[in-house]
Amino acid sequence: MSKEGVDLGRRRFLTATTSVVGGAGVAAALVPFITYMTPSARARAAGAPVEVDISKLEAGKKMTVEYRKKPIWIVRRTEKNLTDLPTLNDTLADPLSTVPQQPEYIKDNHRSIKPEFMVVEGLCTHLGCSPTYRPELGAASGLGDDWKGGFFCPCHGSTFDLSGRVYAGVPAPTNLIVPPHKYVTDTVIIIGEDQGVA
Amino acid sequence: MSKMQAMMGWIDARFPMTKMWKEHLSEYYAPKNFNFWYFFGSLALLVLVLQIVTGIFLTMNYKPDAELAFASVEYIMRDVEWGWLIRYLHSTGASAFFVVVYLHMFRGLMYGSYKKPRELIWIFGMLIYLALMAEAFMGYLLPWGQMSYWGAQVIISLFGTIPFGIGEPVAEWIRGDFVIADATLNRFFAFHVIAVPLILLMLVVAHIIALHEVGSNNPDGVDIKKNKDANGIPKDGIPFHPYYSVKDIVGVIVFLIFFSMVLFFVPDLWGWFLEKDNFVPADPLKTPEHIVPLWYFTPFYAILRAVPPMLNSQFPGVLAMGMAIVFLFLVPWLDRSPVRSIRYRGGIYKFALAVFVVSFLVLGWLGTQPAGGIYLTLSQIFSILYFGFFILMPWYTMIDKTKPVPERVTDK
Repeated sequence: MSKEGVDLGRRRFLTATTSVVGGAGVAAALVPFITYMTPSARARAAGAPVEVDISKLEAGKKMTVEYRKKPIWIVRRTEKNLTDLPTLNDTLADPLSTVPQQPEYIKDNHRSIKPEFMVVEGLCTHLGCSPTYRPELGAASGLGDDWKGGFFCPCHGSTFDLSGRVYAGVPAPTNLIVPPHKYVTDTVIIIGEDQGVA
Repeated sequence: MSKMQAMMGWIDARFPMTKMWKEHLSEYYAPKNFNFWYFFGSLALLVLVLQIVTGIFLTMNYKPDAELAFASVEYIMRDVEWGWLIRYLHSTGASAFFVVVYLHMFRGLMYGSYKKPRELIWIFGMLIYLALMAEAFMGYLLPWGQMSYWGAQVIISLFGTIPFGIGEPVAEWIRGDFVIADATLNRFFAFHVIAVPLILLMLVVAHIIALHEVGSNNPDGVDIKKNKDANGIPKDGIPFHPYYSVKDIVGVIVFLIFFSMVLFFVPDLWGWFLEKDNFVPADPLKTPEHIVPLWYFTPFYAILRAVPPMLNSQFPGVLAMGMAIVFLFLVPWLDRSPVRSIRYRGGIYKFALAVFVVSFLVLGWLGTQPAGGIYLTLSQIFSILYFGFFILMPWYTMIDKTKPVPERVTDK
């Protein structure tokens, strides 16, 4: 084929514009396919708040409820647990909860609204395993003579105290997440709703 | 002309049947000095076919639904005629695939089969390996046992560690929910039975086309195309069919003997091929005491755990794990040695390769052990050795003494 009389500049321009328009079309067509894979309306709606009655929870015990299909732990800490918490601060990675892993109204060593009741998401901040509850104190726990109770993740060996605060030098980078929650009465909490300004 | 020849002539006028047969089999000249290590390419193809066939049959009774999946696998095992055999063929086949592929990759490292002009064969091969890992990972979720669930939870969480706020949306996009759920199971089924097998097949075709374009390497690393006879046929080459097709049948029989021993006597291989926790239905509220991926992922899992968190993020470990695979892709360009085969390389490369193999195996074992303590220290040491093999490769392959490569292949 003869190239004579062919305007190469125009041909290049037409090829380029066709490619750009076609490329934009392909990109636009990808949007529904990619968005198709995000959580569906039903999956999003299933994340409704849960009401929990904690009146029957005994001191030193843990209960697990499901919120957004994740395990939520509620632990009723003993007096001893609460006095132990501040003594651990030197061995923790983030004792003052500076990394925002909790709502703003969760503060102090006990990381809860009422000191007695801890509410945390039971998923390790490392890679999402569910740690085990290890309330025994000292050598009996198998986690060292100084163990003051807490959580041990079997997957990668991360340890947390009874406030869900992560110990320094373990794989988990941050404290356990505290979900938004509020007290409806003294013994009933709602997980998934923030504590309003009363 | 016989009826048969007439038939072939009719086809050949319309489709290059005879031409393809000659190009890829009867007139594909492979070096005559192939040894034991050259069985694993054709064995990988055999296992691929096995997985596709058994997979098709499993889908006839499997239910990709979080409520039904676990029970449907048990149904296949107990009530479906020969269901146990099809299922164990598939689960044993998955591990056999990795055994064969790891040996095939080691062969490539040993004889420099990735070196010019075979870089693309190596790249396609590595992509096959990646696709295979994706296929195995997604397939492992399908029985919906405890290990399926929590293994997937950990691996998808890896994506969640990507910084700059893109990690969590990406993880959610992969899961299709806020945690591993029915949506995840259903889409993994779609990927496992359609998307990834298609990609795998296309890559295998590309791998073989590239191989047949440049010709096979051999244990001497000699280029047989440099010595051709009057007809243009390599003097050291023999037609793939019937010579290697028949030789490979021997390999297949030996392979099937070992495969059957596992299949019929220890299908779980004492927890290495099927973990006992996976015979418990998935429970989103409780992680098993001791969670490990299947053996073929454990070296990378050990590397992941060896890296401590930095800047409140687990991402460095994930990055290290990714790099452990990326480095394998780069081997053709990291290796500066003038010779291909380990037979003509010096002591340094032999030592480095030995260290690499030992590191890979030890990391594989460490990945199955609990985290922490001495295991952690060992993981860190062997991770450094693993990466050292690649990072130092340009240097040690350059200074390593080599022996002269012969003109023709040897019959050692």
